[in-house]
Amino acid sequence: MDLLRFSTAGSVDDGKSTLIGRLLYDSKAIFEDQMEAVEQASAARGDPSVDLALLTDGLRAEREQGITIDVAYRYTATPKRKFIIADTPGHIQYTRNMVTGASTADLAIILVDARKGVLTQSKRHSFIASLLQIPHVVVAVNKMDLVEYSETRYQEIVGDYRAFAAKLNMRNVVYIPISALHGDNIVSQSQNMPWYHGATLLHHLETVNIGAGRNNVDFRLPIQYVIRANSAVDLDFRGFAGQIVSGRIGVGEEVVALPAGIRSRVAGIHRGDESCDRAAAGDGVVITLEDEIDISRGDMLVRVRNLPHSSNQIDATLCWMSEEPMKIEWSVSNNFSGQWYWLQQSTRRVRASVQELNYRINVDTMHREEAPTLRLNEIGRGQIVTTEPLFFDSYQINRATGSFILIDPHTNNTVAAGMIRDRARRVSELVQKQEEREAPSLRASRSSNVVWEPVAVTRPMREELNGHGAAVLWFTGLSGSGKSTVAKALEQRLFALGVRTFSLDGDNVRHGLNSDLGFGPEARTENIRRVAEVARLALEHGNIVLCTFISPYAEDREAARALAPEGSFWELFVKCDVEICKERDPKGLYERAERGEIPNFTGVSAPYEEPVQPEMVLETDRHSADELAQRILEALARAGIVHGGNS
Amino acid sequence: MDDTTLPAGAEPVEAHEAAGLRSNAGDEKMEADRSSTSEPVRTQVRPSTPLTGHLRQLEAEAIYVLREVAAQFERPCLLFSGGKDSIVCAHLAHKAFTPGRIPFPLLHIDTGHNFPETLAFRDELVEELGVRLVVRSVQDSIDAGRVQEEPDGDPSRNRLQTVTLLDAVAELRIDAALGGARRDEEKARAKERFFSHRDGFGQWDPKNQRPELWNLFNGRKLSNEHFRVFPISNWTELDIWQYIAEQGIDLPSLYFAHEREIVNRDGILLAVGAYVIPRPGETVRCETVRFRTIGDMTCTGAFRSSASALTDIIEEVATARITERGDRADDRRSEAAMEDRKRLGYF
Repeated sequence: MDLLRFSTAGSVDDGKSTLIGRLLYDSKAIFEDQMEAVEQASAARGDPSVDLALLTDGLRAEREQGITIDVAYRYTATPKRKFIIADTPGHIQYTRNMVTGASTADLAIILVDARKGVLTQSKRHSFIASLLQIPHVVVAVNKMDLVEYSETRYQEIVGDYRAFAAKLNMRNVVYIPISALHGDNIVSQSQNMPWYHGATLLHHLETVNIGAGRNNVDFRLPIQYVIRANSAVDLDFRGFAGQIVSGRIGVGEEVVALPAGIRSRVAGIHRGDESCDRAAAGDGVVITLEDEIDISRGDMLVRVRNLPHSSNQIDATLCWMSEEPMKIEWSVSNNFSGQWYWLQQSTRRVRASVQELNYRINVDTMHREEAPTLRLNEIGRGQIVTTEPLFFDSYQINRATGSFILIDPHTNNTVAAGMIRDRARRVSELVQKQEEREAPSLRASRSSNVVWEPVAVTRPMREELNGHGAAVLWFTGLSGSGKSTVAKALEQRLFALGVRTFSLDGDNVRHGLNSDLGFGPEARTENIRRVAEVARLALEHGNIVLCTFISPYAEDREAARALAPEGSFWELFVKCDVEICKERDPKGLYERAERGEIPNFTGVSAPYEEPVQPEMVLETDRHSADELAQRILEALARAGIVHGGNS
Repeated sequence: MDDTTLPAGAEPVEAHEAAGLRSNAGDEKMEADRSSTSEPVRTQVRPSTPLTGHLRQLEAEAIYVLREVAAQFERPCLLFSGGKDSIVCAHLAHKAFTPGRIPFPLLHIDTGHNFPETLAFRDELVEELGVRLVVRSVQDSIDAGRVQEEPDGDPSRNRLQTVTLLDAVAELRIDAALGGARRDEEKARAKERFFSHRDGFGQWDPKNQRPELWNLFNGRKLSNEHFRVFPISNWTELDIWQYIAEQGIDLPSLYFAHEREIVNRDGILLAVGAYVIPRPGETVRCETVRFRTIGDMTCTGAFRSSASALTDIIEEVATARITERGDRADDRRSEAAMEDRKRLGYF
């Protein structure tokens, strides 16, 4: 059984409490004594019906005033999943509460009243969901019973929402027409809406892919605590405890400790009393190193070839959560004598000042506005400078290392939530560059001092113009398995349908873009990294990108996947028995490899890691290239990426 | 006040049945007390299989919180009641810091109304974990005139322990008290943070809690304030039992079905003992019962159950139709009983 954390947001009378009550009730998470207490309390208030909101409104003031003040956490489970529900009030303090509930959510349910349609509040909730990068969003069109279960009305709302959501960075939106009151499409398929063929709400919650929001690529271990022990087994034990927030690590692998920049290898990984060879994102571990290095809380262990940004100046989106407005300190002196906050990011806490507020975002219109400061529940973009450097990734790529809070040093209250966009480009930029020159081992693997330029024409706009969606089709498989043959057959079909395509082929890029790379493991990784970046650019320009690369390492393919929006990266495993590949051997490479003329040849002298969960498996030893191309085309049509294409 | 409300699911007991048992109940109870100080249930320490799925995530979250407390505070402690939740917390603390020792003591606020099994179990666990135990007792607070005992026959000391706890926090200069409370237990707890701030008077201000974002816990405070921290906030009763079963954690025998003398008081089955003396008109009966939660003898209700193995208990919990605190007399006093006690500094 795994765990899904989701948040719910809705306006007053959207039926949010009823929906949660329904989910809890139908999954038997409401106990008889709780139900009885709610019935009694409803009766005492003179309510003719049972008010399920009383189940979640736990505080005296909430019950007295009939409003929800704070985020409440509810728990339920089905045989498939445990659910943690962050129930956030939509009307008062919505930013503060929604941001809090959304910060840990894998999925957000946004409720829309079928009678009222997409209101300002639904837009606010959606904006916050996109800002916090919640991997999945469900738009639950509720109270369908009050619009006579009308498909036309439902489609109208979905259309309105789509038009609005195109302006946001929303990864994966699913629409479900429901009636929480009557249970339509909550647990079982509604008899009242035979026109709806999608999943019921509970089925969707039980099956949605949880890993989508996880970063499995960039290994980051912020050190929480250093454990020293003098046990009989280990006389001088010194372990570094923390939770791996992204990526994975194994015993024997090389790591570097930041900020010291000293390298070592992982000697052991412990989870409680067990030792293990590998650990991954989410695991709480204690790691021992082969060398004695001075590491303490707030430091970070990462891979030598995959470093986070390091800077004391950051560009961030801020959500202000305090009655006291944000204080801006224009001139930060060396001793930080002016207005400052504590900034807490991963396990680091440093002093920080907000140097500049670039703009405030109007949550209702999404427009940027000039503003002197941020007040309670306002959101804006600002430049922050810290006393010591932070190690971070952009929030877009890594929620755990890209998030922070600001703490008022006088009241000790948490006053803001922050999401790092990038390093700020400011005065000390030059100094920073010099440092990088002096310590080449620490040079960031990404060109970190380049700000991603916002585009004038977005992918959704191009998709609309093109009349088809954009996607990356990543063909992976052994040399001679038939990747290029299938891709070519598919590209011809797509072209005939008027679909814009872009193809990247392994051999071709090695003549130009990647002519400087060899075939060792590191060069292969770099080869795939560059290609994936090109594929992403082409994808952002509205193309269906066909990539044909052996790409033998699962981690590299995962990295390529991480660059594309959810659902738009298709890993197509071109599967063919290696003996048949050798027989085909169109370029005579296997023969040369077996003679030892080509080192590191996949399938002969280098490994191929088969995809574990590819979107499609294409067996070229059993089907023709034309058949397989047709199958891919039909799958693209089913996914709504292209239209037509049936033979 | 609705103390007299029958908890849903509790069966009414025929008042005069088995009246003959009552005459010598007083003598027998001492016997029962001594004999029930039997060994806690010791499951063989076995190498637990690696956890998967939700329990693995909940464990990682709890361990993360425990380490944050050790790192952010100077004088933390783990409030230990002897109940299954605080036992699980102690187990998690061991896992968080092994092979090192747990870097904070266990603090037991002893009401003096404990089940003898609880105390025996506590002492064994402390020895096994090699952790320091600090005990502060409600009796001392009563003797020092800090609190007054409730006047009626079998007084509940549940409310009184708040004073003892806050005195201990001040005396030991505790800056973070870890506890085993869970959000699914009660609706006021559903809104409490992992790091829950207490002002200089130990009070909780539920309407003015700090927002808690991602897993960034803000433990900053003024010198006379402290925090209550709840590592297992996101666990449910069923999660606890599944974790106990998977990890092979020992529990006091009270949690498993056993025979014991009980009286039915206001619909709650109380164990007869030194602190629960049958009142006139109450019938003492010997029944096969177990406890879903363990607090004071004076307010923890038993329920009839033959679940003597963990698998039976998990089955029972999974199909239970009333909450575990439904048997707690202390929560039944009013609709906001828990919130009111928490505001004043209760656990």
